[in-house]
Amino acid sequence: MKKSYKIDVDCANCANLMEDAAKKTDGVKDCSVSFMTLKMKVEFDEGADVDSVMKNVRDNCKKVEEDCEVYI
Amino acid sequence: MNKKQKNLLIRIIISAIFFVPLFIILEGREHGFISIDIPQWAIIIMFLVPYLLVGHDILRKAFNGIRNKQVFDENFLMTIATIGAIVLGQYGEGVAVMLLYQVGELFQSYAIGKSRKNITDLMDIRPDYANIEVDGQLEQVDPDEVEVGSIIVVKPGEKVPIDGVVVEGNSSLNTAALTGESKPREVEVDDEVLSGSVNMTGVLKIRTTTEFDESTASKIVDLVENAASRKSKSENFISKFAKYYTPIVCYAALALAIIPPIFIMVTGIGMGGYADNFALWGDWVLRACTFLVISCPCAVVISIPLSFFAGIGGASNQGVLVKGSNYLETLSQVRVVAFDKTGTITKGNFEVTAVHHSPLDDHQLLEYAALAECHSSHPISRSLREAYGKHIDQTRVTDVKEISGHGISAKVDGREVELGNEKMMDSLGIEYKPCHHVGTIIHVALDKEYCGHIVISDQLKENSKEAMAALRSVGVRKTVMLTGDARAVAEKVAADVGLTDFRAELLPADKVNCVEELLSECTGKDRLAFVGDGINDAPVLSRADIGIAMGALGSDAAIEAADIVLMDDDPLKIAKAIKISRKCLAIVKQNIGFALGVKVVCLILAALGIANMWIAIIADVGVMILAVLNAIRCLFVKKI
Repeated sequence: MKKSYKIDVDCANCANLMEDAAKKTDGVKDCSVSFMTLKMKVEFDEGADVDSVMKNVRDNCKKVEEDCEVYI
Repeated sequence: MNKKQKNLLIRIIISAIFFVPLFIILEGREHGFISIDIPQWAIIIMFLVPYLLVGHDILRKAFNGIRNKQVFDENFLMTIATIGAIVLGQYGEGVAVMLLYQVGELFQSYAIGKSRKNITDLMDIRPDYANIEVDGQLEQVDPDEVEVGSIIVVKPGEKVPIDGVVVEGNSSLNTAALTGESKPREVEVDDEVLSGSVNMTGVLKIRTTTEFDESTASKIVDLVENAASRKSKSENFISKFAKYYTPIVCYAALALAIIPPIFIMVTGIGMGGYADNFALWGDWVLRACTFLVISCPCAVVISIPLSFFAGIGGASNQGVLVKGSNYLETLSQVRVVAFDKTGTITKGNFEVTAVHHSPLDDHQLLEYAALAECHSSHPISRSLREAYGKHIDQTRVTDVKEISGHGISAKVDGREVELGNEKMMDSLGIEYKPCHHVGTIIHVALDKEYCGHIVISDQLKENSKEAMAALRSVGVRKTVMLTGDARAVAEKVAADVGLTDFRAELLPADKVNCVEELLSECTGKDRLAFVGDGINDAPVLSRADIGIAMGALGSDAAIEAADIVLMDDDPLKIAKAIKISRKCLAIVKQNIGFALGVKVVCLILAALGIANMWIAIIADVGVMILAVLNAIRCLFVKKI
């Protein structure tokens, strides 16, 4: 399943770091962050609990760039 | 400016007010213009006020980064560099670097926000509201809330918010936002109108046929916005690069701070330039700090996606929808273009031009043919129905069987009708009379008896010839037409428009094989594009390196299957799309080369002790500004 989320982040490199962080989160199959459109596209593993996975994604993103936000 | 940016601006201004007079006084004292006695600890405190005011968030982020094991980011670099400078007694430099870094951050955030808005505004052809008539009064509502089948009112000057059919009024519509074509389109009652077009002259009442989210304009905007998530090789390269670049520079800075002074101390070479060991270490540590300032990768990292985004935005404004940065990149390398014939090189509005050798009345033969083809959406079938011109009673037709690449057999009024090309007649064992006319020849058999043939011909598009010349001029060395039509037709079309090659009499499956054959002939970085109208050629579109669908306005299947969608059916747009992609890629390369070049030069100058921190930070911010401005040029592709 794929879902798209709005994000907020200030620098392009931070967006890349967020993408990496999200990809490493359990339950995330693939992820693509677009700094230009401020959107995060997440593809979830089969049967993953979207809400809890996204909470982890947000936490992991905040670890690499504390100024970022993922609007779940 | 948003809240965050305003906040930062205020911090920058206040700390500059603190810092500048202080800096002038200290510099003056150093050069003997002013003589005031200030104790060292007071100076440090006075400098710390603006430093912490402007840089506290950077320090905090650096600290949190270390705690979260994400050490090497630009916050860390700036923290180390500025603290290093302050510890070495270079208070002015330390604070100035932090101040300028924040100015750069503010500018970057502002410039990117601004260009993001410019591009999305350009792309966003969706209107914000729809007019609905309630008790004779017009009311503006959110287009999301309009249900399918509602009547909406579009006044002159307004955009059509949702796809629909005109129920009242007539007007001309400007579809430039959808197709890039500025010629207005006249509409009247029962005509279909697409969202995103602008009503120019009269009031229109429209019955909506889709929801807002499913409307053409919304789909286009979604498509272009999602394009940014399919990243190009250049983008992946640069984010990989950034991942290694920062740690490498950090270690290089560490090496620069330690190895040369130890070398000088041990060997004594060059020791003469320094008063004592403290001065020696101070000089090299400061050089290392300058090194760190230069190492921030943001200018490079931002300019690449921004260039692609601007390129995709500019292209969509010209009626060329690119579904991903990666496709823009591939498109720039296209050297071979394969075409579908019908609807791509030719207009695809077939007309029956003659009926030959028919024992029946011409009109009667057409009637049988039109009835047999009544279920098919192929342009040939449509032209047969048009030539017949009367209402088609489908209950008269049974047992319709389509034989791919051959024709159709059906029962009409109980009589067996077979129509198709020569292969069809051959396979049925029916003797036929060949035709000397150029066009699509439909042979007809009634109850297995030959009943003559119908000649259908297609016209070339006005721009086809010009389009081939334009493609040659952008370096496409091979233009090949793939068609299911007869060899004679294909040969004539190919010669008329100036194609380098053609393959005729292909079954749909053969087209894929042809494309694979052409792909295997492509060497090195050469890429192959296939251009079709999106009808029946989805497998070929996806097999080619890049699939271009044209005339796709309103055709979901084509938009789905292709990588690049030309909104109108002008073949000249193919060369234009290639030019846009080349311009965009050229700018991407300029930015990578320029930003990395300046960084490398500055790193060398810093290592040699020629560039100080001022130069470093100005180079960093300056490169970023120029790269962003250059990236924005991708947006301007109107006259290309």
